[in-house]
Amino acid sequence: MTEVSIVLSGEAGQGIQSIESMLTALAKKASYHVFATKEYMSRVRGGCNSTEIRVSSRSVAARVDRVDIFVPLSREALSHLGDRISDSTVVIGEKAIVGFERMIDLPFTAIASEIGGAVYANTVAVGAICALLKIDREAGALGVRDFFSRKDGAVKDANAEAFRLGYERGLALLPRIDVDIESDPSAAEEIMLTGADAVALGALAGGCDYVCAYPMSPGTTVLAAMAEYSKTFDIVVEQVEDEIGVANMALGAWYAGARALVTTSGGGFALMSEAISLSGAIETPFVAHVAQRPGPATGLPTRTEQGDLNLAIHAGHGDFLKVVLAPGDLEEGFELTREAFDIADRYQSPVFILTDQYFVDSYYTTKSFDVPASPPKRHVVRTSPDYRRYELGSPDGLSPRGIPGFGEGIVCVDSDEHDEGGYITESEEMRKAMVAKRLAKIDAARKEAMPPKLYGGTRYKTLLMGWGSVKMPVIEAMSLLGRDDIAFLHFPWVFPLPGGALDYAASAAKLIAIEGNATGQFADLVEFETGRRFDHRILKCDGHQFAVEELARTISELA
Amino acid sequence: MPDNVFDFAEKRDIAWCPGCGDYSIRRSLLAALRESGIEREKLVMVSGIGQAAKMPQYVNASFFNGLHGRALPAATAIKAVDPSLKVIAEGGDGDMYGEGGNHFLHAARRNPNIALFVHDNMVYGLTKGQAAPTSRMGMETPVQVFGVASEPLNPVALAIALNVGFVARAFSGDIEGTAKIMKRAILHEGFALVDIFQPCVSFNKVNSLQWFKENTYSLEPEYEASDRAKAFARALEEFPFPLGVLYESDERRPFEEALPAYRADRSPLRERKRDMAAVRAAVLMKR
Repeated sequence: MTEVSIVLSGEAGQGIQSIESMLTALAKKASYHVFATKEYMSRVRGGCNSTEIRVSSRSVAARVDRVDIFVPLSREALSHLGDRISDSTVVIGEKAIVGFERMIDLPFTAIASEIGGAVYANTVAVGAICALLKIDREAGALGVRDFFSRKDGAVKDANAEAFRLGYERGLALLPRIDVDIESDPSAAEEIMLTGADAVALGALAGGCDYVCAYPMSPGTTVLAAMAEYSKTFDIVVEQVEDEIGVANMALGAWYAGARALVTTSGGGFALMSEAISLSGAIETPFVAHVAQRPGPATGLPTRTEQGDLNLAIHAGHGDFLKVVLAPGDLEEGFELTREAFDIADRYQSPVFILTDQYFVDSYYTTKSFDVPASPPKRHVVRTSPDYRRYELGSPDGLSPRGIPGFGEGIVCVDSDEHDEGGYITESEEMRKAMVAKRLAKIDAARKEAMPPKLYGGTRYKTLLMGWGSVKMPVIEAMSLLGRDDIAFLHFPWVFPLPGGALDYAASAAKLIAIEGNATGQFADLVEFETGRRFDHRILKCDGHQFAVEELARTISELA
Repeated sequence: MPDNVFDFAEKRDIAWCPGCGDYSIRRSLLAALRESGIEREKLVMVSGIGQAAKMPQYVNASFFNGLHGRALPAATAIKAVDPSLKVIAEGGDGDMYGEGGNHFLHAARRNPNIALFVHDNMVYGLTKGQAAPTSRMGMETPVQVFGVASEPLNPVALAIALNVGFVARAFSGDIEGTAKIMKRAILHEGFALVDIFQPCVSFNKVNSLQWFKENTYSLEPEYEASDRAKAFARALEEFPFPLGVLYESDERRPFEEALPAYRADRSPLRERKRDMAAVRAAVLMKR
C-alpha cells in the first residue's frame, strides 16, 4: 500500500478543519507526503462540507474519488459523499449520530467527555486516525500540543490526553483495518502549503510591496497572507472600498514606483476592466491574481471553475498587451507569481495570474521553492530634464519608465491618446504611432512567452492539452493509465498563446482539450490561434476539480 | 522662462471654452503652487476625466490623468508609495462627487495627505450640459427635461460630516482669494477639500458668474474654523452660500503616516530592496 485517502465530512463549524489541520501536520511530521483539498458551501455554519486528505509514501497533488477511510461527523455526511463510499471504504465515527449500519463505532464525544468535554472530540478523532496511520503516539501528542501552542497549559494537556485516548481506540481497530504506508524521510524536509500561500510567497519574492483588494472568495486568502507578511516586510496593504478603486489604486502605486498586487475573483475582476484598459493606455504595469469560481454573476461562491479565461484575455476595451499566466502546481504558483511582477514591469502592461478555488485552497507537500539570492530589479529609470514617458523608436514598443520624484524630469501619463510627452493629442500620425507602439509590445511578449511543457513521452498519438489547475489531476490520471501513446501539453503561460502549440499538435493524431469550464475556452483560443481543431473536449463545470479516476476513465474512452 | 516654474514657456492649446472659469482656477492654482514652495519635480497632479480634469495637462509637472471618477484611489497610492511627493487631485463635480463618489467618501475616511480641488459648476461640461450631482433642483437640461428632481449634493457639509481636516469653498471669480485657500489646502497635513464654485459659460445658463456673485458671501474674518459643529451649521447655509475655510483641524493622522512600512524608514518604497534571505525564511516556515 502506498497511500490512503481519508475523507472527513460534516457541518460547517463542526471542526472538520481543525481535524484536517492537525492530521496533515502530524502526517507530514511523520515523513509522509500529504495532499488535502476541501469543498464547502457558501455558509458559515451548518450545511455539509468535506475534506479529502491523502497520506502517501510518494508525492501526491490531485484529488481522487476513492475514499479509503471515511469519518462522517453528521448524518448528512453519508449521503453527501454518495457513491464515493464503496464496500471497501472503512467508515469510522459515532454510530449514534451518523446511524450507518456497517460503520465502526468510535464514540469520539463520549471519549472526550472522559477528560472534560465534547470540545476534545475532534482531537480524539485525530488520535484514532493517527493510530491507524501508525504515527508514533508520543510524537503525535507532542504535535497536538504544538497545534494548541497559543492556548494555556491545561488546554494543551487535555488535548494531548484526548489524542492518546483516541489513539488507544484506534490501535484496537488495527487488526480490522490494514493501513501500512511507508514513510519517506525526504517528505519531512518538504514544505506544505496552499496555492494561496504559494502565490503570496511568489509575490514576496517578486518584490511586491503594495497590496490592495476588496475581499472576495476565493481570492481573499492571498490578501490575508500578504497582510500577515506586512508585519515583517515593507508592504503597504489596504482594503479598498470596491474593486474599481482597487485597480486604480494599484495603478497609482505602480506609477509611483511600487510593485502592486491586487487579488480577487471573477466578479471583482470584471469591475477592474476599465482600469486594465487604462494600464494598457498609460503603459503602467498591473498585476492581478484572479482566483476563479463558477459564474455567471455570484455563481457558486465557494467552488471552483476555470471559467474566466475569456474574461481575462478580453479584459479592457481597446487593443493592448495582456499576459495571462496560470499555475498548475504549487511551484508554478510561486514561480509564475514572482515572474508576473517582472513581466508586468518590463512590458509596462497588465499581467493576470489565473488560479481557482481548488488551486488556492488545496495544499500538499512539495520540494521547497528556489528563492533567488538577489532582490528583484525595478525596471525604472532616473529621469533627465527632457524626459518623455512615451518616447518612440524602440522596436519592441517599450520606452524607459520613469517615476515621479526620481530624477529631474516629469512623468506624465494620460488615459487619452497622447504624444511622447504624455500630452493629449488627436494627431492621426501620433495616434498611429502610439497604436503601433502598443501592438509591438504584444509581439515582443509573445516571442518571450514561456513555452508549454510536455508530460509523457514524445511518441504520443493522442495529445491532451490543458492549462492551470488541471495539470496535476491529468498527470496522475496518465500515470494510472500507463499508456505511452498519450502525452499531455500544459500551458503555464496561456496568453498571448506561445508559439509551439501547433508544432506539438502536428505530431498528434488526436487532440483532446481538458479544462474546468462549460465550453472549452482554452480550446477555443488554441483553435483560433492555430487553426487546428480538437477532436474532443473533456470539460467540467459542476463546481469541483476533476478527480483522477474520473479523468483516467474519460481519457481512456476517448484516446 | 515663465515667471512660474509650474507654467509653460511656450503657449499651449487649451481645450477649455473661452470665458470658462477653469482659466481663473488655473491662475489661482499656479499662484498657490508657487507660493507653497513645492519643488516642481516633487509635484504630481492626479485627475480623472472632464473639463476640470484636464488641469494637469496645463501645469508643468508630473501627472496621472486616469479614468473618470478614479483620481482619488490613484492619488492615495501615489502619496503612500512616496510620501515625499506633493499630490494634488483635481476634477469636476461629476468626476469627484458623481462617478467617483464612493472614492470621495473613503478617501475622506483614509485621510491621505493630498489636496482635492473640485471645480463645482453644477453641470456636466464635457458631455454637454446634463445634470451634475450639485445641480440645483428644477434645472432643465437636455436629459433632465422636466428639471432636476434630486437633492443637490452638499460637498462641504458631507466632508465635514466625514471629519475631513480641511474643508473650504472658493469662487473662481476671486482669483486671489481662491489661490490663498488652495495654498492652505496644499500645506494642510491630511486630506483637504476645496470646492470651487465656477460658472460654465457654455452649458449652465442658470448659475452664471452673476448668480454666484449674488448668492455667495465671504465668511467673516473673526469666523473660527476649528469648531466642527459650527462649521457643519455654516456648511448647510444656502442663498447665500458661505465662501472661505469652513473647517480646519490637524487632529487626524494622515493615511501614509500611519503605514507600518514607514515606521522605521521614511524612504519611498522604490528605494527599498526586498530581503531575499527573509523570503527564503518565509518559505521554510512552511516546512
